[in-house]
Amino acid sequence: MRVVIIDAGGANTGSVRYAFERLGIEAALVTDAASIRLADRVVLPGVGTAAQVMARLRQLDLVDVLRSLEQPLLGICVGMQLLYERSEEGNVQGLGLLPGTVARLAGAGGMRVPHMGWNRLRHTAPGTLATGIAEGDHAFFVHSFAAPVTPDCILASDHGAPFAAAVQRGHIGGAQFHPERSATVGARLLQNFLAPGVVPAVSPNGSPA
Amino acid sequence: MLSRRIIPCLDVRDGRVVKGVRFRDHVDMGDIVELALRYRDAGADELVFYDISASPQGRSVDRGWVERVSRLIDIPFCVAGGIRDVETARAVLHAGADKISVNTPALERPALICELADAFGVQCVVVGIDSIRETDGQWRVRSHTGDPDRTRELPTRTLDWIAEAVRLGAGEIVLNCMDKDGVRTGYDLEQLSAARAVCAVPLIASGGAGEIAHFADAFLQADVDGALAASVFHSGRIAIPELKRALAAQHIEVRCP
Repeated sequence: MRVVIIDAGGANTGSVRYAFERLGIEAALVTDAASIRLADRVVLPGVGTAAQVMARLRQLDLVDVLRSLEQPLLGICVGMQLLYERSEEGNVQGLGLLPGTVARLAGAGGMRVPHMGWNRLRHTAPGTLATGIAEGDHAFFVHSFAAPVTPDCILASDHGAPFAAAVQRGHIGGAQFHPERSATVGARLLQNFLAPGVVPAVSPNGSPA
Repeated sequence: MLSRRIIPCLDVRDGRVVKGVRFRDHVDMGDIVELALRYRDAGADELVFYDISASPQGRSVDRGWVERVSRLIDIPFCVAGGIRDVETARAVLHAGADKISVNTPALERPALICELADAFGVQCVVVGIDSIRETDGQWRVRSHTGDPDRTRELPTRTLDWIAEAVRLGAGEIVLNCMDKDGVRTGYDLEQLSAARAVCAVPLIASGGAGEIAHFADAFLQADVDGALAASVFHSGRIAIPELKRALAAQHIEVRCP
């Protein structure tokens, strides 16, 4: 299986590559459209700001490539946030693959922002990416912005308010948490992403994937 | 609900994990990767590697072991010691560290915190603070604490420095209360509570853990986000699974893998 990780300049690309290595997959770090189109699985990691990562994707001329992918795509952290139409972080236009706007975590009621640490996951809708992840399992988060809980959300978490911890719609998937640093829960999500049939026949909202 | 974090700290010198009491008399504790994996398996939430030889010797962190650790462990880890510019931080992050922690270089040049936050986001930037209570009752910061012969007393008040570091872009503060370091009489709850009041980002307690009750005290009384310890974990005096069970029994949210 050909897995590519888009090197969008974020610092966690190495860690994501090692996480696949632990699953027996040699993922390639790529920046070119041809390698991405040829891949069986595409990963968009992101550490940094939405504006930085999006600017990098534009610079590499990858925006249309990502918008027209048919194979499974997994956005991680900021990579997941960029799947949406817009992020309030720097008022950046995202890839628009999922409807919705990414907003800053409220930080109300003694909740510290950045949301940093292990938080519980709860299932909100069926999705193959969440297979084998139990209700209440913990995943590791580090972020200040988050996507809302919409029908595309398969796992939610709470930090002051609910937010999307993992999403899946057709071949588009994402994790707000860091699977590469979420121990067995993270490894399970990555395994699910690699598994055959990760694209559901019918997307969660009932329309064909 | 966000879990309170249990964070073993591994002091690294010349590529080995060491531990001293009050920053002196270091004893070899074992291989970095071996210990990292042991703590991961025990349920540590995060690891901090503090290269105590890097900063005093003016050296930067050796990236070889950062990469070795990153390859093998699947929990987050932070690297501290000898990071004094964006390029060094970038190298350490690219080697696989999730966060970098700065202490003395940030005191010498506070703008470093902004530069790191701008380059990598606040979530990557931890400011470590070594603090001691002086005879006038004020907590003040110390720099160059990796080498007792070079440690400097600064006029900066600890609470002022915490507020300033957060304003400049620190995403997390690790407050090491030096009066308590390595003596196992409990975290400095008074100082941590005062720090909590001025710290809007995650705050990690460091220095003084000796028994399970000390961790519960830090979470319940000082409302810290995480508790860091070294000797009690390295010596086996406290086992992390048992610690977490005890915390959970007191309704403290923890991750029990």
